[in-house]
Amino acid sequence: MSVGTETGTEHAVRLDGVSKTYGKGRTALLALDDVSFDVRRGEFVSILGASGCGKSTLLSLIAGLDPLSAGTIDVSDHRVSLMFQEPALFPWLTVAGNIEIALRMRGVERAARRERSARLLDVVRLEGFGRKRPHELSGGMRQRVALARALAQDADVLLMDEPFGALDAMTRDILHDELERIWRERELTVLFVTHNVREAVRLGDRVVLLSSRPGRVLKEFPVEQRRPRRIDSPQVAELASAITDELRAEVSRHGR
Amino acid sequence: MAADTGVGAAERVAGLDRLELGPRKDGGPGVWARKLWKGTWPKVLAIVIVVGAWQLVVLAEWRPVFVLPPPSRVFDELVRVVPTASFWDSVLLTMGRAATGFGLAVAIGMIIGIAVARFQPLRAAIGSLITGMQTMPSIVWFPFAILLFKISEEAILFVVVLGAAPSIANGLISGIDYVPPTWKRVGQILGMRGFGLYRHLIIPAALPSFVSGLKQGWAFAWRSLMAGELLVIVPGALSIGVRLQTSRDLNDAPGLLAYVIIVLCVGIVVDIVFSAADKALRRRWGLTV
Repeated sequence: MSVGTETGTEHAVRLDGVSKTYGKGRTALLALDDVSFDVRRGEFVSILGASGCGKSTLLSLIAGLDPLSAGTIDVSDHRVSLMFQEPALFPWLTVAGNIEIALRMRGVERAARRERSARLLDVVRLEGFGRKRPHELSGGMRQRVALARALAQDADVLLMDEPFGALDAMTRDILHDELERIWRERELTVLFVTHNVREAVRLGDRVVLLSSRPGRVLKEFPVEQRRPRRIDSPQVAELASAITDELRAEVSRHGR
Repeated sequence: MAADTGVGAAERVAGLDRLELGPRKDGGPGVWARKLWKGTWPKVLAIVIVVGAWQLVVLAEWRPVFVLPPPSRVFDELVRVVPTASFWDSVLLTMGRAATGFGLAVAIGMIIGIAVARFQPLRAAIGSLITGMQTMPSIVWFPFAILLFKISEEAILFVVVLGAAPSIANGLISGIDYVPPTWKRVGQILGMRGFGLYRHLIIPAALPSFVSGLKQGWAFAWRSLMAGELLVIVPGALSIGVRLQTSRDLNDAPGLLAYVIIVLCVGIVVDIVFSAADKALRRRWGLTV
């Protein structure tokens, strides 16, 4: 599993021939088929695909939540955390408590937990909201708490499964800026799964396009445009429409 | 360019948050009083109707007055009995039994609930048995309990526990079954395992259902206890059940009804406590409108 230190510093995540089959026999479903790609340290990779491309499966595999059917995934000594479309905060805890539980699971002392959760709330611009309950916050704020909770795990690889999918356009736009800032400040490696092409181009250094049923790497698109980008800029739109064409071709292939 | 995103972004985020949170609702003493009144008048009206109907039946002389006394006689009896020390001794004895039985039932119900929720074969084995026990009138256990434990406190406790524990176990089981899968995934990602998983995720997440299980369990415990105190009269123990029995033996209808009202009041008070706990929980979780 482990690789040499030289490549270990170069790549945060390395997927080699990854396949995942659900079930057995005739009802078996091949979700991912021979997926290979590398993610450099500090890189922001958007993973894009239509329905049934196994995007979420891929993240679960990298997070180590599910076993692989074939291939290898190497995250060497990186700590991995996963965020979902729902913030999935615990309603019985305060906002600060939701962050502290992540620290507690890592054995951080109580006083240090207080201090670090306050600092993480600052990072996601929620200073002063620590004693609120999750339901008292808006959807965008809750998702930022979830981000702070992920950061509390000291993860340097952040897997995001359509994290802004349930938010309105304005909130999503602002959270793109926020995520970009935090990614840069904390030198994170991000794998960002989405079905929104413009979002993928707006955020990614690279867009990996997956095919559907089974999921394979169809094509990769480097995003050359300098940051900060805007989701409505002509350059983003141009690349997005090229990718959308590919995506449409892939979807119509299943209609034949 | 970096400075532009830095300063402007902070304000944008703060502005959006403020807009999305909306204005605060304020509650003054006026609001409180109105809420209290809104909750109280239907109850007062209900009591007035019941007492009125009772008085009418008495006036109609359906039964002789020494068998069915008017509300005023029963009320006088309550006023006479409640301040006495022997009355409170009885209440304490009965409530002590209720607390012990219910406490035992909670402990046993929790252990069974967690075990059944956790081990699939155990669920297949006794899952429906628990539900069956829950619907069973616990009074049918008394003959057996008396054989097992003779006429004793243990016989009463045995039936109280059998009455209450299945509801408590079932509340916990369904609470655990309905923990949202995304919460469990979060627990997995945060590295929760074994006992820690139960302590920090499963049990708190199952709490609302557990509380309704407790509430139902209490109702069954209280019923079983009253049945037990009427059937199993432990010598020397002047419980509420014994008082009821004695009143009947002495043809003391006002005394009998006074104790019936006491039993009813205990039920209502405990229900208020459980409802308050349930409401507080819902408010914390944001499940109230």
